[in-house]
Amino acid sequence: MEKFVQHKGLAAPMDRENVDTDAIIPKQFLKSIHRTGFGENLFDAWRYLDTGEPGMDNAARPLNPDFVLNQARYRGASILVAGKNFGCGSSREHAPWALQQYGFRAIIAPSFADIFFNNCYKNGLLPIVLEAGTVRRLIDAIKGFVGYELVVDLEAQTVRTPDAEALAFDITPHRKYCLLNGFDDIGLTLRSADKIRAFEAERRARHPYYFNSRVA
Amino acid sequence: MPQTLYDKLWDSHVVHSEEDGTALLYIDRHLVHEVTSPQAFEGLRVAGRKLWRADSIVCTADHNTPTTDWDRGIDGIADPIAREQVVTLDRNIRAFGSLAYFPFLDKQQGIVHVIGPEQGATLPGMTVVCGDSHTSTHGAFACLAHGIGTSEVEHVMATQCLVAKKMKSMLVRIDGALPAGVTAKDMALAVIGRIGTAGGTGCAIEFAGSAVRALSMEGRMTLCNMAIEAGARAGMIAFDDVTAAYLKGRAFAPKGAEWDVAVAYWRTLKSDEGARFDATVEMRAEEIAPQVTWGTSPEMVVTVDGRVPDPEREKDAARRSGIEAALKYMGLAPNTPMTEIRVDRVFIGSCTNSRIEDIRQAAWVVRRLGRRVASSVKQALVVPGSGLVKAQAEAEGLDRVLKDAGFEWREPGCSMCLAMNADRLEPGERCASTSNRNFEGRQGAGGRTHLVSPAMAAAAAIEGRFADVRKLT
Ligand code: SF4
Repeated sequence: MEKFVQHKGLAAPMDRENVDTDAIIPKQFLKSIHRTGFGENLFDAWRYLDTGEPGMDNAARPLNPDFVLNQARYRGASILVAGKNFGCGSSREHAPWALQQYGFRAIIAPSFADIFFNNCYKNGLLPIVLEAGTVRRLIDAIKGFVGYELVVDLEAQTVRTPDAEALAFDITPHRKYCLLNGFDDIGLTLRSADKIRAFEAERRARHPYYFNSRVA
Repeated sequence: MPQTLYDKLWDSHVVHSEEDGTALLYIDRHLVHEVTSPQAFEGLRVAGRKLWRADSIVCTADHNTPTTDWDRGIDGIADPIAREQVVTLDRNIRAFGSLAYFPFLDKQQGIVHVIGPEQGATLPGMTVVCGDSHTSTHGAFACLAHGIGTSEVEHVMATQCLVAKKMKSMLVRIDGALPAGVTAKDMALAVIGRIGTAGGTGCAIEFAGSAVRALSMEGRMTLCNMAIEAGARAGMIAFDDVTAAYLKGRAFAPKGAEWDVAVAYWRTLKSDEGARFDATVEMRAEEIAPQVTWGTSPEMVVTVDGRVPDPEREKDAARRSGIEAALKYMGLAPNTPMTEIRVDRVFIGSCTNSRIEDIRQAAWVVRRLGRRVASSVKQALVVPGSGLVKAQAEAEGLDRVLKDAGFEWREPGCSMCLAMNADRLEPGERCASTSNRNFEGRQGAGGRTHLVSPAMAAAAAIEGRFADVRKLT
């Protein structure tokens, strides 16, 4: 997993509440055998004017000019600022995959749906909860100034605005530690690799028949 | 302190545990199939990781493989996405390796929960995981077996461990002798009818009692298979001579002196006298009758001599509206005797009931009735759980009995259990099915599923409606 220490990036507003995971990545894309390649179908139904299906050439599809991320001024945005209860609905892990693969590194909202919130950390995407009033102010500022950038400083646990205002956010020490070091769940478990190996060696000695590697 | 079987299985697999009870649990056997593995393999690739232990993996393609036209090979899979999942599995196993792989078209291919035990790849004392909720099936062999999600599949592939917290324990004790014509499937549905689909939530269930001991391994697997439908992630049964007799000589089971050493250990895999469970449910086998579900959840079940419930008689408003909604979906009138409900299709198969004993039961009923599938029944499908089950049934002539009576005899796979392949119900069609889930749309959009035992399904096919198989005995 990519480390997250400090990130400076263009912010984009998603000025609506209850953005669900079906909107983030519609269900027809779940049949995929990959865990990459979802970025082009992020917000598919909002983003394109036609109906998206897996395997389409997305570059040739008509874009919805009214969709916020299609506006030239938000090209390359990596921080999304959205309304409350972001990521509600189905538990699909494809939602954080799609956001992350599109290029987002952090999502700021007044609240997130539980499973989505957890899934973000597993995929190196930082969900940041700020007060509703603060988020409102940020969204207005982003809309008001072209090229509005934010700095997310995980070490300091702050989001810094262009006027050097520092907005503090909470994160559990364990999650912070994992993100700062780029440890996903697997990476973290692998830090106990020696313990696993020792356990395995002992088990193999005591119960060799669980380690049969050939058909008799 | 006396320990439960679950305590013993848990303790013997903890690599490391945190203060809050979160443990790193070592996994002995990882069963892999085509639907929930592709992203896990890709995750490994993206991160540049390998399998921790390729020889822990046993793999097959089952969920969306066709049950006809095997002579057409891979082209017989009409849905391009299904085909891609099957092909991708081939590619991944070739690249990453496994202990055993039973690909599409292989003579020993089959439903992952049928072939694991059949190959002796599921052994007592193991932890067994698979990206599929019915992994609970394997608990019949005194192992700790449960389903996991795709991220966890990748986690086990890369680390041989699962991050887990210990569940609560529940004892379901069924004593006495089952009446003739009543099977493990009826036991499972009766338990779910009693405790509800959330009854076992957060628990590992141990099934015990003389009626459970008296079951064959096939029957025990059916019972543990449905533990997940009672809300429990895992079901399990203590080791005994029946377990040993089933495993002896299987491909991956220990041999010679190693067998004796293993059996000596396996004998300890039972709950100690006086072990404490968080909850206990007791039932009498004599009181269990053939079960038929009437609704859209496995707990919506009655005995075959019962009737469709009347929502008017339900006092609780939420339950009443639940019954009404289910009856509407199922197209059933309150108070209809179950034996007056006619079926359009019959499905005998799935990881719940596709083993040799299930097919024997179905064939027995067909022979006994001595007639053909009712003309009102559009299709009666028999889908053996594996190539080996199919071969065994053919060796016993069971396929002939079924085919002569008008049943279709198919190639192995999950088939109409979840309708990911071409076998499915049309909207509004009613099916007597030996599978495990009667959720809306499970067997095809708008399809209506009644869960029953293989004997009851066979009888429904011949009679064209549900019939009490006890009358045949
Ligand atoms: S038979 Fe049905 S329940 Fe069993 S593994 Fe296949 S799809 Fe799942």
